[in-house]
This record gives sequence, C-alpha cells and structure tokens, in this order.
Amino acid sequence: MNVLLVLPIVIPLLTAASMLLIRTRRLQRRLSIAGAGALFLAALALLSHVLTHGTVATSIGSWPAPFGIILVADTFAGLMVVITGLKALAVSIYAVVALDEDAERAGYHPVYQTLLMGISGAFLTGDFFNLFVWFEVMLLSSFVLISLGNTRQQVSGAVKYVTINLVSSAILLIGLGILYGKLGTLNMADVAVRLAAEQRAIPRGLESVLAMLFIVSFGIKAGVFPLNFWLPASYHTPSFPVSAIFAGLLTKVGVYALIRSFTLVFVQDIETTHSLLLAIAVATMVTGVLGAASKMEIRRILSFHIISQIGYMVLGLALFTPFALAAAVFYVVHHIIVKTNLFLIAGFIHRLQGSNELHQLGGLYRSKPLLAALFLIPALSLAGVPPLSGFFAKLALIQAGLQVEAWLAVAVALAVGLLTLFSMLKIWNEAFWKDTPEAVTVASLTRTESMYWLLPIGCLALLTIAVGIFSGPLFEIALRAGQELMQPDTYLQAVREAR
Amino acid sequence: MSVILAVVIGALTTCSVFLLLQRSIIEILMGLSLLSHTANLVIFTSAGLVLKQPPIIAAGETLPVTPHADPLPQALILTAIVISFGVTAFTLAVAWRANFMTGSINVDETDEDAS
Repeated sequence: MNVLLVLPIVIPLLTAASMLLIRTRRLQRRLSIAGAGALFLAALALLSHVLTHGTVATSIGSWPAPFGIILVADTFAGLMVVITGLKALAVSIYAVVALDEDAERAGYHPVYQTLLMGISGAFLTGDFFNLFVWFEVMLLSSFVLISLGNTRQQVSGAVKYVTINLVSSAILLIGLGILYGKLGTLNMADVAVRLAAEQRAIPRGLESVLAMLFIVSFGIKAGVFPLNFWLPASYHTPSFPVSAIFAGLLTKVGVYALIRSFTLVFVQDIETTHSLLLAIAVATMVTGVLGAASKMEIRRILSFHIISQIGYMVLGLALFTPFALAAAVFYVVHHIIVKTNLFLIAGFIHRLQGSNELHQLGGLYRSKPLLAALFLIPALSLAGVPPLSGFFAKLALIQAGLQVEAWLAVAVALAVGLLTLFSMLKIWNEAFWKDTPEAVTVASLTRTESMYWLLPIGCLALLTIAVGIFSGPLFEIALRAGQELMQPDTYLQAVREAR
Repeated sequence: MSVILAVVIGALTTCSVFLLLQRSIIEILMGLSLLSHTANLVIFTSAGLVLKQPPIIAAGETLPVTPHADPLPQALILTAIVISFGVTAFTLAVAWRANFMTGSINVDETDEDAS
C-alpha cells in the first residue's frame, strides 16, 4: 500500500466532508484553499517519487491485480495530478473574490473538492470500470457546478452539457460490457496483455468496434471534432471560477483517457485507429480556430480555442512516436496553465467592465496596464510566440510531425497557430487597446480585492514564463513520459507487482 | 436467449435515440435512462447467459461450487444503476428548474441565444 497514490484522492474527499460540517463561508473558503494546497503538495511528492523510483502502483484493499482495483502513477499521470493540484490552488484563491454569495451558500466549495477528487481518481486509476466511476464522480460534481448560478442561460447550458456527457458515459459502459464479456477482465494492464497475446482474444472486427466506442466516448469528453458542439454551447455559462476549472481540466481528462487507452490497449491495428485519430486531430484544430474567429465574446472565443488546442494534443497521440507523445504531454501541461489563466482574466475583465462582449469593452490598457501585461503573456503563449511555453510545445509537435513526414498535419498546425494569434489580437485590440466605449465605467476595487484577483493570474503568468525558460528540463520529464507510454513494460510490471 | 436480448437491446437503443432527439427535457431524460438500461443489458448479455450455481462459498470450503455464475457483471451493473439513479434525479431537478424559470421544458425555449 503506497500512501502517496491514495492521498490525491483522499485529501479532496476529506476536505469536502469537513466542509459539510462547517457551514460558514469564511471557513469554507480557507479550507478550500488549504485542501487544494495540500493536494498540490501531495501530488508533488507523488511525482518526485515516480521520477526517482519509476512507475508505482498500489492495490486497494490488498486484492492483487487483476482482481482488485489498482492505482497506478507513471510520469504522465504524476504530471497530470501535479497540474491538477496547481490549478485547484489557483482557482480556489480566485474563487474568494470571483464567486457570488448564492453559489457559495448553495455548496460550491464541497462540490469543487469532489470534482477534484474525481479528476485525480481518473488520472490515477488502472482499471477501466474504476475509470468510469471516477468519470461519473467528476461529471456529477461538474453538473452541479455548471447549474449552480440558476440563471436561464446556465440551465440551458447545463441541459446540453449533462445530456451529451451521459450519452458518452453510456457508450463507454457498453464498450466495457463487451470488453469484459470477451476478456473477463477490466484491469487496463491485464486487458493490454491479453490483447497483445499471440492468440487473438477478440476477433479483429470486434476489436475495431471497441476501439471506435472508446474513441467516441472519450472523444465526446475531450471535445474532438465532430463531437464538440456541446463545449462552446455550455462553457461560457457558469461562473468564472467554474468555467476556468472546466476549461483547463475536464476536457483534458478525456484527452488523458484517449492517450492512455490508445497507447496501452488499442495498439494492435495502428494503421486504422491512429490514422483516424490523425484525421480527427486535423479537423479539430481547424474547426476550433475558425469557430473562435467568428465569435465576439471572450469566453466563447476561448472555448473554441480549447477545441483547437485539443486537436494539437490528439495530433501528438496520432503521430505515435515517443517524441510526439512527449510533445503531447508537454502540450497538455502548457495548455492547462495558459487556458485557465485566460479564463481567470476574462472573469477579472467582467468584474471591471461588467461584460465579456468585446464591443462593450475597451481602454483596459490605459486603466489597468498590469492586467494588460498579464493578459499578453498567456495569450501570446497560446498562439505560440517564443520564448513562452506554447512556442516550445508547438515546436516539439511540429518537429515530431516532420519526423514521420505528416506534412499536411504540420501545415495545418502552423496555420492554426497564426489564426490563434489573430483571435488573441482581436481580444487585445477590442478589450485593451481601443478607447473605452461611452457609458462603460471601470469598477474601482479595493486593494485587497485586486490582490485576490491578480495573485492567481500573476502566478500562472509567471509559471508560463518559467515553463518557457525551463522548457529543457521539463521536456526531459515529458520525454520520459512519452517513452513510458510507448513502451508500457514498466507500467505492466508495476501493476503486476502492486501490493 | 442472447439473440432475444440482442433484439431487445437494439430496440431499446432505437427508442432511446429517438427520445434523445426530442425537444422536451422530460423525453430527453427518459431517453437517457433507457440508454443506461441498455448499457446494463449489454454488460449482462455479453458476460454470458448460462444456468450455473450461485458463487457462494459454503461453510468450511475455500472455493465456491463449480460451475458458478460470474458475480462481477452484476456488481458492475449495480454500480451503474446507482450512478444512473443519481444522475436521473439530478436531471429531473434541472428540468424542474428550467420549467420554474422559463415556464417551459422545451430545450429550444430555454435557450436564450440560438446563435
């Protein structure tokens, strides 16, 4: 039993439980920040353990694999948990000022913690059915969070979000049923071993059916083309902390599940599955960025950019070399930091000028120069301007594409980068550069309030710069994650020896 | 037996897709719960339908009587039923809320910005 693997799940659970006992908002906020901080520290301890000792696994209730539920952390999972903790901390500080009283009364804080628990669980589990359960924990919490404000727009967004996610869960469940019927196991490592065995456990046709069920189910959650229509229809509706955590993490859990299952399990028929993934990746990048170009509301623009960025991550998976997977891992980490920050900034802009519609904004460069600078850092990083983190992420992906001679994908990736820059400059020109429209006033904030808004934004911006500067050592870690994903021997061995 | 169940699964899926494409939130909700029942039936059917002993270990023994039925699919289905129960309750609450605020449970009418 390795406690480090259990902590990222238990800490949010205990925090949520203790919040149910303490009903005062003040204390709940402090607990929320403390819980998120503890999650971050526990995740850091887990990652450093994984980096020194290799992939670790532990069996829950001491049932050995493949009978019991196994928690596994390789470098990729460790990185994802660390970034979850980091984001959780930033958003919980931000929520102190960004949240309205009603949401807090209605129980925002405990539900936020159970969401974190679901996300960490999904990253750490080594069992497909357990993955389904963590998805449901995560989804139920996110259902509550997305409909918390109770405005008309939010209910409308929530209906779409809930429906499509439940369909995705049902498809996953059908896939799991067939998989279990054929193999008698749902332990990821065990499934991988049996599918790779000489004698085919599953006929080729059925295996393709299963692969498609998994692509559709995880694809809906990740928001890939053509399964992404729900995302821009719902992500701009909830309160700002909620949409920041959704934008950064939820789709990435889908991407994580896609990467995990299509590096470990469904690798028998790479020509079919991974060329399909390549086509999906290219279409996702293009449709996302074009959608963003047509919108004039900050959160809608950013939502469409989530989609186009998901395309880059799936591209890394589709190219299917250790280097490409490393690039995808690096891209996920960079993207979560940057995208959360942009949503946090959108919330601050809303607080200052009361809107997120670009034509109702303006003059922020003059009135809030620090915010303008803090916006430029993640915005330019998203577009891939050197020397920020996005540049290195895109560079690595394009290099990986050139290595396997996927010319079209490389060309599209470059063009989408330019269009991203166009969108970011659109926000810059409209919200920051042009003069303040008449009848728009800038809210004046007290010093403490400004600090709470700017602290998480500033820290994430600094982190974006740091990821750019220290991209060398970070990419080493990503490369290690990529190699582990391509050669899952250490993963399989860790699961076999899990105690 | 599994052929009959396969037909049932197909029919249920058809019905649930039809319901999911309707405008009323209540019909969508019914479609969702039908779909989750379908998924449960798939697990139940694909895990094998055979008449065997219950997987209970008698007193003094260390292994159950063979051949015995596989208990795991039933555990999986039970978990899935509990989850879908919670989700259905939540969706009902959202439908009620939508009706309360907009006076309608039509998805299009709750949608403010069709753009």
